Amino acid sequence: MQAWHFSESAYPYLPPADSYPSIRVSLASKNYDPKKGAALWDRYLHEWQIAEEEGMDIMLNEHHQTATCVDPAAPMVLAALARLTTTARLLILGNPIANRRQPVRVAEEMALCDVLSHGRVEAGFVRGVPYEISPANSNPVRMNERFWEALDLIVKTWTSHDGPFSHEGRFFHHRNINVWPRVYQNPHPPVWVSTTSASGAAEVGAKGFIQATFLTGYDATRKIYESYRAAWRKAGRGVDVPNDRLAYAALVYVGETEQEALEGAEKLLWYVTANKVAPQYANPPGYVPVAANVAMQRGASHPLSQFSKNASVEAAIRSGFMFAGTPDQVYEQIKRHYEYVGGYGHLLIMGQAGFLEHDDTVKGIRNFAREVYPRLKEMFPKTTISGQYGDVPAAPPERFVLRTSHEVSTDGPLISALGGAEA
Amino acid sequence: MKRTAVTIAGCELEIHEGGSGAPLLFLHPGGGFNPEDFYVELLTATHRVIAPSHPGFGGSQLPDWIDHVDDIAHIYLELMDKMGLTKVDVIACSVGGWIAAEMMTKTPERFGKVVLVGPVGVKTGPTDKLDIPDIYVMPPADVPKLMYHDPVKNAVQPAMLSDEELAISARNRETLALLVWEPYMHNPKLRRRLHRVASPTLFVRGASDGLISAAYLEAYAGLVPGAKTATIPEAGHAPQIEQPQAFARMALDFLG
Repeated sequence: MQAWHFSESAYPYLPPADSYPSIRVSLASKNYDPKKGAALWDRYLHEWQIAEEEGMDIMLNEHHQTATCVDPAAPMVLAALARLTTTARLLILGNPIANRRQPVRVAEEMALCDVLSHGRVEAGFVRGVPYEISPANSNPVRMNERFWEALDLIVKTWTSHDGPFSHEGRFFHHRNINVWPRVYQNPHPPVWVSTTSASGAAEVGAKGFIQATFLTGYDATRKIYESYRAAWRKAGRGVDVPNDRLAYAALVYVGETEQEALEGAEKLLWYVTANKVAPQYANPPGYVPVAANVAMQRGASHPLSQFSKNASVEAAIRSGFMFAGTPDQVYEQIKRHYEYVGGYGHLLIMGQAGFLEHDDTVKGIRNFAREVYPRLKEMFPKTTISGQYGDVPAAPPERFVLRTSHEVSTDGPLISALGGAEA
Repeated sequence: MKRTAVTIAGCELEIHEGGSGAPLLFLHPGGGFNPEDFYVELLTATHRVIAPSHPGFGGSQLPDWIDHVDDIAHIYLELMDKMGLTKVDVIACSVGGWIAAEMMTKTPERFGKVVLVGPVGVKTGPTDKLDIPDIYVMPPADVPKLMYHDPVKNAVQPAMLSDEELAISARNRETLALLVWEPYMHNPKLRRRLHRVASPTLFVRGASDGLISAAYLEAYAGLVPGAKTATIPEAGHAPQIEQPQAFARMALDFLG
């Protein structure tokens, strides 16, 4: 198991949430104080350096026109980290290539960072959440088609070394592609793709790229991984899927005591609860399939959006998108999740969010790296094959769950460990 | 109306056809074509109405190569050939009006009289202000307020619609976004081509239309030689729905 420290580099100093309709897209930038923002960036970069010191790897991402992630140009921060660190792998997850007009430029940015870091780049690609559409002025229809054409072109760009070649595709045109520098790694940096749907995972599995899924809990994650493994085998990549092909992202906070863990974990929940998005940005036409839109008209909603209305640490742990507690508790929670979904080789740790201050963030990183990570590495070595299920009910036993003092409830059913809904 | 399928350039189109008399091509707005709407009956009373569902709308296919209003204009010119419509009158609404305008600039001689209702398709105002409000970034509840004179009466009630109807509506919305996303609701070249239009053309808007302003309609009409403008009271962006009698009377009077 490989663990990655991740922060969305948020700017949390905002007016009350009821004073604005959306934290994404339309929240005016007059609410951003560049001096406070610069201090935050000093901090976030430093925290990534501390994660490296503790033996963890580094992950960053990109969003636009939002206080939740003030990194609209992640390759630039990747370049900074390439020079501020020396050993950590550097995962950018990712480049929103359905919204970028020039895939070749993205290939250049990744190649340059790969050289600057002496071959430590892990290049992730994302279709992008729906609220990225408006900032990019990007057409929400046919994003998947653009995404795959762009990614194929980027890989070809990295692996072509004999002078210019041309690309005249459905969406992208480039007559003389001959990128300098060439990528440092041979044949190219590992490619990651994030998707939270089973159909998306099948496309990623067929191509053999690393599949990352975010906050999908127990059953959805299991389905996504099943789909990946089935497509991997169908594409003739072999019977066994190495667990380093799969990654899971969760909110993680490890405290020395339950009380300390609870306080840290509650601050991490900001990531879910602060994500106030106006409906017009959350579902532009064409972003989800017609059938999903029909289901929404009939009242369906995303489990996370239901959850965020009445979030609690306890519910988040039970749902499987947060691992928090003492080292023993967190280890047990991760182990259960791992065994329930069939295994993954990468844990992407949202270890900082919102008002989780520097000292508490560092404490969480150190407690994880020193008390939990060694056990995970030993228990789930990189040679493990994915797709082996533990004989476990996924929900952690009571003694491994942090209890919140207030009553736990969600508007919708919790995502159950055992496949059904539980009240 | 009867419904048939015609394949043009590999794209199977759903064609609604009804009534008798002079042929009249009806190009529907972004919401699609519903043969049950009352105004359709008023038009078929005097005309043979031919109403194709645009590619990606209603029961028409959407091939992967189509992504522009101009693609549809070419398909419809071929449809006219196939149906033997050497010269035809047109009523076209909203995005349908844009399609009609593109068609008229290509083969002006093929069109008799034309009524464009709340048409989009050109950019006439300043760079730093959208000519047409951005329906994709306003709260969804605000769109009907701009669309209708009486938004309450015209509110969509998903519970009253079948899954199939909801699916068609969602697909219409998706295809519309594909076509109008960028540049928003217009083809920058169209305004440089509209001088070729040879048809007597009437530009119509509902007095309460919050999407197509009076100034936009006047500016658009000003690009078409000899075009006239008219307003239908107590109607928004879809006067054919809110004021079917007044709409039909005005359109049919103009077509003569």
